[in-house]
Amino acid sequence: MNSQKKFIVSHAPFLHNGSGVAERNYHTIIALIPAVLMGLSVFGVPALGVLCLSVSSAIIWELLFNLAAKRSITVGDGHAVTLGLVLGMLLPATAPFWVVITGTFLAIVIGKQIFGGIGANPFCPPALAYAILYISWKTYLDFDAQLINFDFDFTAIYLPVAIKAFGTEALANINLGDLIIGRQIGGVGATSGLALIIGGAYLILRGFKRWEVPVAFIVGLVVTATFFHMADPDKYAGPFIHLFTGFSLIGAFFLATDDSASPVNPAAMIIYGATGGVMTILIRNIGQYPDGVIFAILLINLINPLVDKIRPKAIGKVA
Amino acid sequence: MPSKSFFGYAKPAFHYELLSTTLPQPVPVPPAGSVTLLLPQEMGMKPSETIKVGAKVKTGQRLAWNDASGPSVVASITGTITKIAAYVGDYGQQYTAITVVGEGEEQWDDQFAKAAASTPSAKVLNDYLSAAPGGAPLEKLLNENKPIDTVIIYGGDTDLLVETNLFALKSQTRLVNQGIKTIKAATGIEKVVLAVPAESFQNFDGHFEADVKSVPATYPGAQLLMIHHLMTGQMLAQGQTPEDVGVLYMRAEAVAAIGSAVSEGRIPVDKVLTVVDKQGNRTLVSARIGTPVGDVLKRLKITTTGGDRIISGGPMTGSAIYSEDQPVTPITDAVMVQDGSDIIPVGEDPCINCGECIRICPTKVPVNLLIRFLEAGQYQDGADLYDLYSCVECGLCSFVCVSRIPILQYIKLAKYELARAIPAEDENE
Repeated sequence: MNSQKKFIVSHAPFLHNGSGVAERNYHTIIALIPAVLMGLSVFGVPALGVLCLSVSSAIIWELLFNLAAKRSITVGDGHAVTLGLVLGMLLPATAPFWVVITGTFLAIVIGKQIFGGIGANPFCPPALAYAILYISWKTYLDFDAQLINFDFDFTAIYLPVAIKAFGTEALANINLGDLIIGRQIGGVGATSGLALIIGGAYLILRGFKRWEVPVAFIVGLVVTATFFHMADPDKYAGPFIHLFTGFSLIGAFFLATDDSASPVNPAAMIIYGATGGVMTILIRNIGQYPDGVIFAILLINLINPLVDKIRPKAIGKVA
Repeated sequence: MPSKSFFGYAKPAFHYELLSTTLPQPVPVPPAGSVTLLLPQEMGMKPSETIKVGAKVKTGQRLAWNDASGPSVVASITGTITKIAAYVGDYGQQYTAITVVGEGEEQWDDQFAKAAASTPSAKVLNDYLSAAPGGAPLEKLLNENKPIDTVIIYGGDTDLLVETNLFALKSQTRLVNQGIKTIKAATGIEKVVLAVPAESFQNFDGHFEADVKSVPATYPGAQLLMIHHLMTGQMLAQGQTPEDVGVLYMRAEAVAAIGSAVSEGRIPVDKVLTVVDKQGNRTLVSARIGTPVGDVLKRLKITTTGGDRIISGGPMTGSAIYSEDQPVTPITDAVMVQDGSDIIPVGEDPCINCGECIRICPTKVPVNLLIRFLEAGQYQDGADLYDLYSCVECGLCSFVCVSRIPILQYIKLAKYELARAIPAEDENE
């Protein structure tokens, strides 16, 4: 049974739907582009600088770690680019270069690679990196302080901070339409709720992300904020203000849905997302930090292995 | 070739072939110059005179290693045995490959006709017909330790693109019924169930001496383990076989072969198979068992080059073969040829926990967790904690895997290793 032709021999199945890790990451990047463009239109060239530096330094950290760990080079799969881009979108447009580079180091090396690389990170890497940066160098991530020299044609206050300090009086000159389009200050790519929703909807329709996590996150956030607003309308802002300020939507669509740090079973995804939304409002309204999204997401990442045990029973299983 | 739809949110649904239009006529492949018969038994000492190199065989002659009742094959052409060699199949299964070179006029052997002259017993059926097309596991009817009380016959195909078995049922309805009668008479088993694809149910209900039941026509509804779950409400536990619960599975093709053998006094030696070419076009072909796959492809003018993949069986559960010289066996339902450029190789990435496998799994196995244990070789933990034995081996998880992990291979390897470990434990006791 010898043959000159060398056929490919492999195990069944012999068909594949063609999906791949790189494809998945590149589509995530495509989905982020509307929000990036809206951010650039508001913050201009400094924002472009932050994004370019964060993407390029993320790629370099990934490459350096690949070389140091003697692993195959995984820069091409687009995951480092995605993480770098998302982190850049959370930062203020004037973030110093070393904050950006440290941030991508935290995201790529601390957040992802030391746990074993793609698929093994227990926390959403950009959220983890942002949390460490925020705790370490608070002033550099303070949007009000960082964006003070910009000349905006809208009311330039960072609303989560303002609401915490002054209650709903801070909303006197704010109109919701501006917030939805992205005429507010905040992270480079986190201001335009509309663009983020378009990007998130794209990913959900194309099957790259599931609807359960973002929808549950948003519902949890809106419901909790509504209760607070009903209890004390002067102190606590309404649900839609919360939804379109801070990191709510980028968190719901792009941070909470991190593949390896989020659950995969339907019930677990709902619980995970809803807990994130509820915790966001609790931290914003009762906690110390003005924007609770990042910490809420790290918290739900932490409960992910536990809630993911809520899974349907496999057929034929007795116990 | 199915691929991900643009709106990837929707779950893909695959349908089995249903042969709903007129029945095709199989293209005959002329008897080859030589055939290779795979005897499912390790080469032992002292072969019987009938299977020594140089021995003459007649078409339809039973060939067994020795005179004791055991596995056998049926010579599919008249000629001389030229070579007997050991052959190892998938998962280390041992075979003896017997090569017969055809010569002279075709002569039919009459041993079976004599043995089956009156109502054939289960032993006669096993001796002569376990290597007939469809490969009925008839030896299980003889095992006194595990008596069979239910025979379940499946009349559809278990893999996508394949239409062999349903063709056998639709074109040989009378012979299938004859086969059912023969099995009932030989074994005394009263409960025979004929499972058919749901769409064909109306056509078959009431026409057989068996309970006709319907099985979903979407993949993997007809996987053997899915049918087992549908019929018995249970899955097979670790180390359990269908015989342990008194069930024997047969395919309609095998039952038709029994019916044909009994009514004509000759063991059928022609195997119908579906050939899928590189463009995905399907042709039904009828070839002698043991014909090299290359001869079948040549008859259909399908050319292959290095780097292509030839699959014996269907696209989801078949097995790739490494040479065109490998033979058509009694259970080769399909031969599929894939062009090298259409092959998506296995990937290097680890599991990214995207959850695609969870959502497509028909039996709700936590594949994402299971695969982590299996990759680390912790098979028993996979079985105890993460439902390894709920898997029906349909391969859909590998089909959608974003990291292109060969999940089905890991699962089958785990089951194979665990099955191997059990006899070793029994010996130690």
